[in-house]
Amino acid sequence: MEFLESILVTPFIEIWESPYYFIELVLVGLSTGVLYSLVALGFVLIFKASGMFNFAQGAMVLFAALTLVGLMEHGLPLWAALILSVATMVGLAFLVERFMLRHLVNQEGLILFMATIGLNFILEGTGQLMWGSDVKRLEIGIPDQPFDILGGKVLLNTFDVTAAFIGALLVITLAVFFQKTPMGRALRAVADDHQAALSVGIPLKTIWIAVWTIAGIVALVAGIVWGAKSGVQFSLSLIALKALPVLILGGFTSVPGAIVGGLIIGVGEKVAEGFWGPALGGAIENWFAYMLALAFLVFRPQGLFGEKIIERV
Amino acid sequence: MKFRKLVLATAATVVGLGTFAAAEIAKADEQFFPMLVYRTGAYAPSGIPVANGFRDYYTLLNKRDGGINGVTVTFEECETQYKTNLGVECYEKLKGNGPTGASLFNPYSTGITYQLIPKASVDKIPILSMGYGRTSAADGRVFEWVFNPPATYWSQASAVIKYFSRRAGGYDKLAGKKIVHLHHNSAYGKEANPTLEVLAKRYGFKLTLVPVDHPGQEQASQWRQIRRIKPDFIFMSGWGVMNQVAIKEAGNIRYPMDQFVGNWWSGSDADVVPAGDGAKGYLSTTFHGAGSDFGVHADIIKHIYGGDAAAAKENKVGEVLYNRGVVNAMFATEAVRTAQAKFGNKSLTGEQVRWGLENLNITQETLDKLGFKGMVSPLKITCEDHETMGPVIIQKWDGAKWSYASEWLTPMRDIVRPLVEADAAAYAKENNITPRNCN
Amino acid sequence: MFYREAGQFKTTYQDDQAVFPVLQDKAAVFLLILVAYAVPFVADEYWLQAIFIQFLVFALMAIGLNILMGYAGQVSLGTGAFAAVGAYACYKLTTNIEGMNIIVAILLSGGCAAAVGVVFGLPSLRIKGFYLAVATLAAQFFILWLFNKVGWFYNNNPSGTITAPPRELFGVLITGPSASPEARYIVCLTFLIVFAWFAKNLVRGRIGRNWMAIRDMDIAAEIIGIRPLQTKLLAFAISSFYCGVAGALMIFCWLGSAETEAFDLVNVSFRVLFMIIIGGLGSIGGSIMGAAFIILVPIFLTNFPPMVGLDISTALQKHLEEIIFGVMIVFFLIVEPEGFARLWQILREKLRKWPFPY
Repeated sequence: MEFLESILVTPFIEIWESPYYFIELVLVGLSTGVLYSLVALGFVLIFKASGMFNFAQGAMVLFAALTLVGLMEHGLPLWAALILSVATMVGLAFLVERFMLRHLVNQEGLILFMATIGLNFILEGTGQLMWGSDVKRLEIGIPDQPFDILGGKVLLNTFDVTAAFIGALLVITLAVFFQKTPMGRALRAVADDHQAALSVGIPLKTIWIAVWTIAGIVALVAGIVWGAKSGVQFSLSLIALKALPVLILGGFTSVPGAIVGGLIIGVGEKVAEGFWGPALGGAIENWFAYMLALAFLVFRPQGLFGEKIIERV
Repeated sequence: MKFRKLVLATAATVVGLGTFAAAEIAKADEQFFPMLVYRTGAYAPSGIPVANGFRDYYTLLNKRDGGINGVTVTFEECETQYKTNLGVECYEKLKGNGPTGASLFNPYSTGITYQLIPKASVDKIPILSMGYGRTSAADGRVFEWVFNPPATYWSQASAVIKYFSRRAGGYDKLAGKKIVHLHHNSAYGKEANPTLEVLAKRYGFKLTLVPVDHPGQEQASQWRQIRRIKPDFIFMSGWGVMNQVAIKEAGNIRYPMDQFVGNWWSGSDADVVPAGDGAKGYLSTTFHGAGSDFGVHADIIKHIYGGDAAAAKENKVGEVLYNRGVVNAMFATEAVRTAQAKFGNKSLTGEQVRWGLENLNITQETLDKLGFKGMVSPLKITCEDHETMGPVIIQKWDGAKWSYASEWLTPMRDIVRPLVEADAAAYAKENNITPRNCN
Repeated sequence: MFYREAGQFKTTYQDDQAVFPVLQDKAAVFLLILVAYAVPFVADEYWLQAIFIQFLVFALMAIGLNILMGYAGQVSLGTGAFAAVGAYACYKLTTNIEGMNIIVAILLSGGCAAAVGVVFGLPSLRIKGFYLAVATLAAQFFILWLFNKVGWFYNNNPSGTITAPPRELFGVLITGPSASPEARYIVCLTFLIVFAWFAKNLVRGRIGRNWMAIRDMDIAAEIIGIRPLQTKLLAFAISSFYCGVAGALMIFCWLGSAETEAFDLVNVSFRVLFMIIIGGLGSIGGSIMGAAFIILVPIFLTNFPPMVGLDISTALQKHLEEIIFGVMIVFFLIVEPEGFARLWQILREKLRKWPFPY
């Protein structure tokens, strides 16, 4: 009874009693959520264009960030290293298309998924082989200072805000790119139906390379933002796991889904950890994200923004 | 065609697998030290310096002294990536190497240590888990084959509380103080909790346990909780990326760094460097000195790096975890030296090395001679006490290097030892072990 | 030449429906089993303890997951959690009930895992495809969190780990540190054979056909009178039972001691998923071959350079191993996307005609 009260009643009273703590958690959750969306977006892009659940997205984050910081350690300035890293990701997209996708056309989703696992091993191995496994400090000049709002009751950090801003900017750019440009239209056409797209003259190979390039750049940005927080190291590849509940919640094929899903998961897990965590013993964030996604899915089995599943016999 | 190739490749693989159970060529007068390392994967930033420290010290013994009393030191690395299943594989692979098998194992992972503890007594190979692993292994009557000098997590926790009390101005001032234990949500991270709870009761401070799930990349909500609690001190048991993020987040909530103390696995160079200036003033516990100004480092730079200090620095010489590797290798080789005094200067078996560990007595004199003056405290292991409750010291990061920031703190034996004995007794009962008599 | 089935006439229905209708197959399988039982006489401790037992445990888990994913078509990423339920249940049973037979304890812990599997299988009625992964992922994270958090599960010992106590079977020690690797191997092998045989019979009977109908299209299956609720939940239960038994064996016969981290998402759940995809979905033999591939190849790659006398640094070796392993996976999928099971079928077809293919 006491236990039930501690999880069903007390947290709500606490939210009522300490609104600033609640606001702070929500804001922190939003800024983290944007970053989750960013990682999830990398998945969604590739899933839309090639029906592939890209397990290697996390390894791509690691690989891109390692390349950037490795180049900077060799004395390159930030802009040059950035250009070279983007070039590397473009090269990677070419290689993936040439040696993987081209040979796996029309395979089932699970087979494609497995192929990206192979890619995951290759990227993790190559990244560490080239740049070592040591933690590297990434300094990109984003100011990192705490600041007060609401009369000093809520504390935020310039870095988090900037990172969220960059993430939001990228997300918006991609959304516009998808909806408004010819390339974006072509991408959506491919996502809808490969063969139909081919028959109206959309070059499939170019599209794939474009999509993997964009996913690579998204990975680079995600790697920079997280890498600046914790140092660039192997653990970066694990943040892809954080995108899983976001994806499932938002729907694998929906760009807005990834954004809204990221925000919901971000805020949900932070608030849950802040108010329910102490009663349950803490560290509930990870499973809570999935439980939250599960709760949503029971009502909308296709994800928040996924296309409605129509079943015919 | 493709198919045929595949079949051929598979056949070749099978044949290859079958043949490599190759025989070992036995050589005389060699002492084999297995090394479970993690130079890749999520914990590589911590694993690399430790492995380098071991490797350099073993090589130094061969180059400088011609081995241990003329017995050549041999070693082999096996990559575990800090994973338990690979740890088991490495253990099985290395335990029989060398003319007399492995001398002892240094698992460098709490998970792998737990795995090896039951095996040690069966395979007759001792485990030297220096400052990690199972705390209750300190009770040598139950854990005959496991050694965890110079101190355990529980001893460390008591020493940290002692340090906090000095900062607060006496034990009586601890009452009502708020202390947070931020820990990795795993067997390792939770290890200090029971001791801290006992201490909280005894001194009347308010303890809050805040767990962080693996890997610990995201700690925003934990640190907002801490900001709300406004603790007087924070003690952290972190590992890997969790440390770097925690130090960064502490800065984000403007928590004063000099009230934030990490345990000895949360206080290496790799933990503070990514946080940049924000890490200045961060404290952590340790049981050995940091930096490369000790005698042993001069020898290492001279004999292994040919006097090239820059190359040595590149290889982590002088970093906290590098020094830990060196100290650990020194304990291991001194145990062999001790055993040699009884069994003769030849290749020793694990059983003989165990005797050496149990009778290990490292005096100040030995330390001075080996070049460890001021780097580590003397220690004497006994049959009953495999831990020795060696003193712990607080070190401080000033943005470029670590330096001592307190006097040596002796753990509270009266509190820790009964807890150790109780847990050891429970383990003995569960696993049908009869504790041996040490008198 | 040797693989001709012509001339083998079946005179009874029973014969016709045997698991291995072809004589050569039957002989080969029996020979394989015989060889498997003879392995302890030739293999050394490293091979038994570190590789073969690990392989047997994971093969069992792969069969469990394949029942759920390959036959019933329900995506699961909670294998690690279900295995953990089995392991912790077995630990609780053996340490708290005096004199309980270890085999009974292992089977009962499989039952516990089955119960948990059913609970987390409930959403499968509403959520389908990849999205269903969320339910099992929730199980994965929640169950490990629970076992880590609640002291009751590990008998409140301060270390938070579980250790397999020594237990005997027919007077031979089979668990605990003093048990010989040979005994553990035999136990795991017997479990695998019995369970594989059971699974093979299960999937070709009524239950298996129901599963496959659900997998291929659940609405259509419902129309022809298959109850989706019972069928799906039964698949979850049996799959989790297998995983639970494998989990118990993992602690009791292989690792000896573990914390929840030993069952984590990447090292267990995903790994088993890789095994069944590489091995072939919907194939019992494929699961076993997939497990062999995922476990043996990295070990072979690690041991290969020192074997041929190459002296390269540990880190470099590991990185090369990862790269080569990745390339092998991609290459293999391009050559044979359907996995080892399909490869085996092709091999059989070729063998039939060998040496005169035309």
